[in-house]
Amino acid sequence: MTAPTGTPGIVARDVCKSFGSHLVLDNVSLTAEEGSIFALLGPNGAGKTTIVRILSTLIGADSGSMQVAGHDVASDPDGVRAVIGVTGQFSAVDNLLTGAENLQLMADLRHLGRQAGQRRVAELLEQFELTDVAGKLLSSYSGGMRRRLDLAMTLVAAPRVIFLDEPTTGLDPRSRLTMWQIVRQLAAAGVTILLTTQYLDEADELADRIAVLDEGRIVAEGTPGELKRRIPGGHIRLHFAAPDLLRSAAGLLPGAAPDEDQLVLQVPADGTVESLRRLLDQLHGACIDVADLSIHTPDLDDVFFAVTGSHVPASSLAGRSDPHPASQGAAQP
Amino acid sequence: MTSLAGTLTDSRIMLRRNLKHQLRYPSMTVMLVGMPIVLLLLFVYVFGGQLGAALGGRDSRAAYLDYVVPGLLLITVASAVQGTTIMIAMDMTGGIIDRFRTMAIARASVLTGHVLGSLIQILLGMGILIGVAFGLGFRSNAGPLEWLAAIGVLALFALALIWLAVALGLAAKSVETASNTPMILLLLLFLSSGFVLPATMPAGLRQFAEYQAFTPVADAVRGLFSGGAIAGHVVASLAWSVGIAVLSYLWAVRLYNRRRAAEAR
Repeated sequence: MTAPTGTPGIVARDVCKSFGSHLVLDNVSLTAEEGSIFALLGPNGAGKTTIVRILSTLIGADSGSMQVAGHDVASDPDGVRAVIGVTGQFSAVDNLLTGAENLQLMADLRHLGRQAGQRRVAELLEQFELTDVAGKLLSSYSGGMRRRLDLAMTLVAAPRVIFLDEPTTGLDPRSRLTMWQIVRQLAAAGVTILLTTQYLDEADELADRIAVLDEGRIVAEGTPGELKRRIPGGHIRLHFAAPDLLRSAAGLLPGAAPDEDQLVLQVPADGTVESLRRLLDQLHGACIDVADLSIHTPDLDDVFFAVTGSHVPASSLAGRSDPHPASQGAAQP
Repeated sequence: MTSLAGTLTDSRIMLRRNLKHQLRYPSMTVMLVGMPIVLLLLFVYVFGGQLGAALGGRDSRAAYLDYVVPGLLLITVASAVQGTTIMIAMDMTGGIIDRFRTMAIARASVLTGHVLGSLIQILLGMGILIGVAFGLGFRSNAGPLEWLAAIGVLALFALALIWLAVALGLAAKSVETASNTPMILLLLLFLSSGFVLPATMPAGLRQFAEYQAFTPVADAVRGLFSGGAIAGHVVASLAWSVGIAVLSYLWAVRLYNRRRAAEAR
């Protein structure tokens, strides 16, 4: 889609922004290499959307410097606007037009020319599976269809840098997977993507680099692997059928944390097969039956809570009701 | 593209978008164009007999029809600009405006598209109203030059009120507020020479009616249609139009540039 230029997609240095006396961004610096996916992870109110609004020229920063695809955000906003695409949190579509007309409007405003514009519109309708509803007014579109159209509108002029502000919030699982697939394809084609999300699994799944944003500061940054390595070992959770089994197992394994109410014993482990075998052998030798077990490897949830501290209320993180979600690889005994 | 050519191209694209909106939202368009016609029938056939008696002459209803047509042309303007305010507020409160702002397009084109679209709607509406009025027996002894002048006076005044409506739409916090604010224009119109002679009003009200924007415009158009005195009215209406247009334009641009800049996350 785009030829590599060697210029980083996004560079931000020491960006600060206050609304009134409230400091929203506190010396934020980040670099997204060309063709990479950079995820900004943080709870509501962390300042994610503000960064996107500043980098996409919607509002100005108080201080700091920023370049998008080599164009300075402060001194050359039109240069930035010509190479970016933005899909915000709220759908930026024209409800009184049809899907095709929305795309055509973008093609016109990007001055693609009549034929090239029509070709691009047809291409995008096809790519985003909107051809069947192209002539329908947006009032008949589902949430997922609107979001796809929204992103398609962003892509009309083949931007080199794309900002996606919570692109999957409110989408059903299937639409979410489709969106992920599209994002990956774009990055593979050389487009730099900055996405914000409050879903840890989304950042883990998509991003080459992740910055964790909390109260306007970047509190951790790295690849998903690097961030996970910062958090010491995982654990194995053993479920028992009766309290006496739990107690004898706890006696056998020093360092394990028993939970009498749930009949669960949490044993620190490094996640290797060898350590698991040793544990099971030990329990078998003492004739203690294990009803069920699950292996918990450190994930971004742990990273997030370790770096943002305990002041973040769990309810501020969407989709996070259980501190140990069942999505971690569970092993059958 | 920030050149004049770019502004024109982008404004044309935005105008096309606005005209499509008018077609897609026919209930509003029909209401805004239809209401002045309903009012015309109401004023002529219900109130006309009695109101026209004060004007003197042989047939009071016909006399009132001739008197009231400029007032209803102004109703067309005042009711159409309500639509402008609503359309602007819909754009500003929706997400689409952020998309436009992150694109390299002439910034003014978002507003000028609405302004031109509203002007076209108003001119069409006035054309339909004049046609209906002729059907009801409206007669004018204006020549082509007078007609042109009347259209010019009305179009300039319409442009002024459209910019005012744009500013009101930008200032509105929600579409609901936006749909109410231009009602004041309709009220002002009733307190002018649009429907009755200000001379028949009580003292305080009469002075107000004589010195507000709608009166000189209505009087100028009436004078051009009937061959009466116009010079003072035309000058006054041009002054009002230019004054309202310039102030509203500056207010609108200020609101447009400032909007969202102060908005929190």
